[in-house]
Amino acid sequence: MKRVLAGLLVLAVVLSTGALAGCGANNTTSKGSEEKVTLKVYNWGDYIGEDVIKKFEEKYNINVVYDTFSDNEVMHTKLKSGGGDYDVAIPSDYMIKRMIDEGMVKKLNFENIPNYKYIDDSFKNLGFDPKNEYSVPYMWGTVGIIYNKTMVTDKVDSWNILWNDKYKKQVFMLDSQRDSIGITLKKLGYSLNTKKMEELENAKEELIKQKELGVVQSYVGDEVKDKMIMGEAAFAVVWSGDAVFMKRENPDLEYVIPKEGSNLWFDSMVVLNNTQHQKEAELFINFMCETDIAFENADYIGYSTPHTEAKKQMSPDLLSDIAAYPTKEQIKNCEVFEDLADSIRDYDRIWTEISAK
Amino acid sequence: MNRKWVSYPYFVWMLIFIIIPSLLILFYAFTVRDEQGIRFTLDNFYKFCEPIYITVLLKSLGLALFSTFVCLIVGYPVAMILASKQFSRSTTLSMLFIIPMWMNFLLRTYSWLTLLEKNGIINAILSFFNLPRLDILYTNTAVVLGMVYNFLPFMILPIYTVLMKIDGKLVEAAQDLGGNSLTVFSKITLPLSIPGVMSGITMVFMPAVTTFVISKLLGGGQYTLIGNFIERQFIQLSDWNFGSAISMIMMIFILISIGIMSKFDEDKGGGAALW
Repeated sequence: MKRVLAGLLVLAVVLSTGALAGCGANNTTSKGSEEKVTLKVYNWGDYIGEDVIKKFEEKYNINVVYDTFSDNEVMHTKLKSGGGDYDVAIPSDYMIKRMIDEGMVKKLNFENIPNYKYIDDSFKNLGFDPKNEYSVPYMWGTVGIIYNKTMVTDKVDSWNILWNDKYKKQVFMLDSQRDSIGITLKKLGYSLNTKKMEELENAKEELIKQKELGVVQSYVGDEVKDKMIMGEAAFAVVWSGDAVFMKRENPDLEYVIPKEGSNLWFDSMVVLNNTQHQKEAELFINFMCETDIAFENADYIGYSTPHTEAKKQMSPDLLSDIAAYPTKEQIKNCEVFEDLADSIRDYDRIWTEISAK
Repeated sequence: MNRKWVSYPYFVWMLIFIIIPSLLILFYAFTVRDEQGIRFTLDNFYKFCEPIYITVLLKSLGLALFSTFVCLIVGYPVAMILASKQFSRSTTLSMLFIIPMWMNFLLRTYSWLTLLEKNGIINAILSFFNLPRLDILYTNTAVVLGMVYNFLPFMILPIYTVLMKIDGKLVEAAQDLGGNSLTVFSKITLPLSIPGVMSGITMVFMPAVTTFVISKLLGGGQYTLIGNFIERQFIQLSDWNFGSAISMIMMIFILISIGIMSKFDEDKGGGAALW
């Protein structure tokens, strides 16, 4: 008797949650046409102008649910495991390639995105989306070294400076296996997309050496911004847009792209495959490419815009800042990340070995 | 009959949030997914036997044991002070230990980050008095400090509850028979408080061995502990099978430690009643 009752109860709970979930789904699909549509957007944290979402909601009478992530892998895992039913996401290059390969994104109807014409041609048809069918560029940038001019006398133009034992506990590395191993590969003159075990082993030795020299203070994430502004260390490996922000807060800081080359990256907008609102999603992407909006975004977050008209409105100071807009010459050795497929396991192994030392 | 009814919601709760997830972990741990589909295998466990992964495991166990030990050394005297009849401010003191727990533990750990920084508050005060600087952020010391700070109440409270329950007459009898305070402590108080000590150790050791936030923030990513490693398998590599296998290994370790603890804890369950 007891078991039967318990069984019934479980059944009741399962059914009711199922029914609830069903209702939820219905709300967003069938009612959509009569009532306000809800668009779910998934973007990096702190990566959009402050009023942009509000302006979009008012202009088109669409509700926006806006969520953020802290790295590409977290986003991928969440979408892959069926979480969130988002309509629009803004991942980076290699992740877009993986998502295209896995069939997670939809082909765009560019007739609904006329503002695409403002995107600089050099940002179209990039390696991760060669025919440019799936993505619209949002921001781009580089990875480089930010350093405090008051604490460094040497010339900073190479990754080697991060291995100089004169600077004990003065370096913040990125707590991201792909980036930290990537810049080490560049330092050694390899490609940062290498899958060759020998080259990866060399990079591992190099990173272990760096750790044993005692120059690394720690491997950090977003907190690096506060730390560098407060002068907690002389060097940090950072993304270019963060460098623009840090330089604004502390004028002693300077950003360089090392001569050996670095990572050049693009974050682009995509529409996810299970969307029920492709038209609204494309409307959103088009809105993000309006000149005023693109300017507002780029001005607020400090990253570099691929939008030709918005770029013209930028202040001359920013346009001449290599952190924001490096010249072709400065990025000639830079590479874009490619999806590593199964080699990410080798990278993780190496990273474990480094951090287990 | 009425009583049984009361337990059903709890049973359902356990089923959904404990039993089913555990079975899922078990399933993932013993399978891999490849081109041919899902198949059963022990590969995930073999993979873990590589030296680097064992190093990570030993390091986590070592740090957790050390933190537990520090908690015990610090916590036991505090529990004794709290329990002693002469001490009139015990409510105030126990409130001081409990109030920080009202705040989210992540926030508390983040605040240590600001306190310990090179140009942080502690160093500002030290240098104001011309004292040597404290450079422990991003070291083992900082990680242990974070663990002890966060888990100390879990050690104090069970010991305190057990000490409160000790019959004062036993202590008086021992004193009447001529035992000095050291003898009374080692023959009466300590043996009677062992159940509390054991549940305290379990309560501290379990979260300490699996933490990944404290080691990530205060260790500055220089230390991969087993918790960080499991997190990475799930989030960075989407290798749920290997991640589950390591989780299983951790669960076995925890079950063993609970098994050992409960050997000591047989008489009454003591402090565990509080938790």
